Amino acid sequence: MPDQLLYAIEVTLNGLMAGVLYSLVALGFVLIFKASGIFNYAQGVMALFSAMTLVGIMDGQVPFSHLINAIFGTDIHHFGWHVPAIVAILLTAVVMTAFAWAVNQVIFKHLVNQEPIILFMATIGLAYFLEGFGDLMWGSDIKSLDVGLPQGGSFWIEENTAWLGGEGFYGFFIDQLDMVATVVAVILVAVLVAFSQYTKQGRALRAVADDHQAALSVGISLSYIWVLVWSIAGFVALVAGIMWGTKSGVQFSLSLIALKALPVLMLGGFTSIPGAIVGGLIVGVGEKLFEFLVGPMIGGATENWFAYVLALIFLVFRPQGLFGERIIERV
Amino acid sequence: MFYREAGDFSTTYQADAQTFPIKYERWGYYAILAVAFGVVPFFINDYWANAVMIPFLIYAIAALGLNILTGYCGQVSLGTGGFMAVGAYAVYKLMTSFPEVNIAFHVLGAGLVTAGVGVLFGLPSLRIKGFYLAVATLAAQFFLVWLFNKVPWFYNYSASGQITAPERTVFGVVVTGPNTDAAAKYLFCLVFVFLCAWLARNLTRGSFGRKWMAIRDMDIAAEIIGVYPLAAKLSAFAVSSFFIGVSGALFFSVYLGAVEVTEAFGIQKSFLVLFMIIIGGLGSIFGSFAGAAFLVLMPVLLKNILVGQLGWPTDLATHFEFMIVGALIVTFLILEPHGLAQLWRVTKEKLRLWPFPH
Amino acid sequence: MTETSEGYTTADGRQIGGVLMEMKNITLRFGGVTAIKDISFDIREGEIRAIIGPNGAGKSSMLNVISGFYHPQEGEVWFHGSKRPAMKPYQVAQQGIARTFQNIALFEGMSVLNNVMTGRLTHMTTNMAQQAMWWGKAEREEVENREIVEKIIDFLEIQHIRKTPVSRLPYGLKKRVELARALAAEPKLLLLDEPMAGMNVEEKEDMSRFILDVNDEFGTTIALIEHDMGVVMDLSDRVVVMDYGKKIGDGTPDEVRNNQDVIDAYLGVAHD
Repeated sequence: MPDQLLYAIEVTLNGLMAGVLYSLVALGFVLIFKASGIFNYAQGVMALFSAMTLVGIMDGQVPFSHLINAIFGTDIHHFGWHVPAIVAILLTAVVMTAFAWAVNQVIFKHLVNQEPIILFMATIGLAYFLEGFGDLMWGSDIKSLDVGLPQGGSFWIEENTAWLGGEGFYGFFIDQLDMVATVVAVILVAVLVAFSQYTKQGRALRAVADDHQAALSVGISLSYIWVLVWSIAGFVALVAGIMWGTKSGVQFSLSLIALKALPVLMLGGFTSIPGAIVGGLIVGVGEKLFEFLVGPMIGGATENWFAYVLALIFLVFRPQGLFGERIIERV
Repeated sequence: MFYREAGDFSTTYQADAQTFPIKYERWGYYAILAVAFGVVPFFINDYWANAVMIPFLIYAIAALGLNILTGYCGQVSLGTGGFMAVGAYAVYKLMTSFPEVNIAFHVLGAGLVTAGVGVLFGLPSLRIKGFYLAVATLAAQFFLVWLFNKVPWFYNYSASGQITAPERTVFGVVVTGPNTDAAAKYLFCLVFVFLCAWLARNLTRGSFGRKWMAIRDMDIAAEIIGVYPLAAKLSAFAVSSFFIGVSGALFFSVYLGAVEVTEAFGIQKSFLVLFMIIIGGLGSIFGSFAGAAFLVLMPVLLKNILVGQLGWPTDLATHFEFMIVGALIVTFLILEPHGLAQLWRVTKEKLRLWPFPH
Repeated sequence: MTETSEGYTTADGRQIGGVLMEMKNITLRFGGVTAIKDISFDIREGEIRAIIGPNGAGKSSMLNVISGFYHPQEGEVWFHGSKRPAMKPYQVAQQGIARTFQNIALFEGMSVLNNVMTGRLTHMTTNMAQQAMWWGKAEREEVENREIVEKIIDFLEIQHIRKTPVSRLPYGLKKRVELARALAAEPKLLLLDEPMAGMNVEEKEDMSRFILDVNDEFGTTIALIEHDMGVVMDLSDRVVVMDYGKKIGDGTPDEVRNNQDVIDAYLGVAHD
């Protein structure tokens, strides 16, 4: 096989892996949107916040230490202990559940029946608040996250694929972390689907997604379902935060993955879980291939906008996305 | 008692359609104009100009622009930063290509260029609605910033990739470049603010304003009573982008002087201007000013108190700023979706009745 | 009553003119559902024409076809003696067809005055530059149209709420404002979609009076959908009856009242 084609295949494979991560973030959006009609812009910041909390707990950081030091003139930073990864993850999940509860109590309980665009803008406000709050709590420095996931290229794959190409080809370079992320994402999706299909809460959740009023009238507690859904979204954010945080460090740019997930949703439709996954894969592969094939001709770094322009063009022809329900307008 | 409208009757429809039908407001408005043009320029210094007044004036124009699109026409845009960048690069190209033309025309020209770009990115608004459109406008944001970063023609092939405003004068007074007097900067911006606010008011009180608001409130009904949705939406995009382009042009040429696009016109800028109109008041010209003033002053004040008075590190002040802005946005959306402008209106109602509230 | 191509004279002695709008063999389908099946009828100049029928008969769909919101798969719409091509709703409005809605579709964020002024938009032609300057033509146009709107506001007796935001109004007044907005367009044909739905007796009387007055004073042709049989029979000159998307009756109120198909549709029929 010609090397150029092999490189293209490698790019495609890496794109698929990246796409899985996009799907993971997009999934958090879809869950909340289906259940409450809220398009949660803060999903990315939630991922950042959960990753920060995880690192903070693992390293035994004192929360709000900067603030305490500034007010009382003390100099405290760490408790001096280290928490094992698995315990820290559980504790972080508890924090995210508390966060979900607080968000519903403080914000969205008061915004019931508002227009979607108002809810959307409220989540932008939430994102800003959470960003400031997270930085205040854990500090804004770049932290490295290591929960014991394998990293770096897989030698096994490289060695076993090198024969495909010529002299200059050393085999496919595929990051082990991406592979782990793919496996985790697949498991997560399977668990979520099973949850929503086979449990009582899952059925209630689907009922609420279908029709708030009707669900309310058969005795489903809306606020319980919303807290549940935000908790699940928080958990998905945590998983995404672990993956991205391990890959590129826990820092502000982590919150921007939300911006990557938006075009994924526009492609896939905001209400469809398969849509989020397929959309994520399309965006992942599309932007990597576009950068590989066209990028060098026009200056590179096209990943910043490719997904958006793709989604924009796509939406003009199919406003409801790939899997979204058809929009019927009535007078 | 102090503020009342008794004895103030509109006897013609012209008088009823004017901007300040109540005498007290009219005089208040004239007084503010007189102070802004006649008094402030003599007292303004560099600190006040650069930290408060110039950013306030420039953001007020941007907020006016976004308010026309979002507040009046109901199309939420997250591309403001990108459109401001268009204004900035357009004015830069015009300034360097036609140095003999007055900069005031360059700024207006930049507004027109941005209007064109805005219409282009507004085209999908016919098919895409609500927050789908908001997300779609992010395409403009990212694409435009990337474009100005990657295509050297836009920054005249400068080595740093930055654009720097050359020195230009109006009536012999320097208004751009490092040697500009604070008062000159201020007055130059003020003239544009006055012009834009006047245009915005005229457009929103007439048939265009009604078309926009009809689309905002119920687009299907608007179409059935005879509003051509594409024309209405695109005209809103054009006017809005014109204002945002003018503000971007001033932001670069008068305020910053030198600009690196990702830093100055990133997505944060889009959010900032959106927050201004939410806090100030959607669909209100006064609200655009109030919101701009609020979000320009708040960080300055916060920094003065937390860093200047309490001696905290600056990053803590920044974190608090984020939290406060976020919390305010949510609070306003919950308690007063029409923002400061509505609070002002309620205050006026109360004042009218004061001191006998019933 | 004798109908000719020139028109006819109603029972109360009003002279009705020639055909203003004619629906020819209209069929409208949504996916597999046929909402309107091969219906033809006409609306004559100056008359009050009612479309009645049980729920789901396709009345609202018919109105939506007339106002260009739905496009029928088969059939032709003739307006003013010429066949109307497939049009967008705003083009239909510009031709002089205005309407009200079953579920009030006012612009909630605007005042009553501004809502009614939107009805004049099809008549306001100054361009953006003139508007932006607010000099000469733009201001003159605004004032001229305001005068027309004020007449309608007087006519419908809503002067006192002129500057009130629509969202604060009670239901009955909203319905009246919506009628004002439609009238402000000075339409050739006015479509009313259940103008009396959800009203009490007094409000219905008021609304009936306004409808008759509009027809009488402005000579406006009116097509309306209504559930209240008493009101329909009193108001309208001719009635189309629909059931399950088909036309089962057409004629004066008296003729329709005695039509066996109509009685069956409304009272049910014994199947044996």
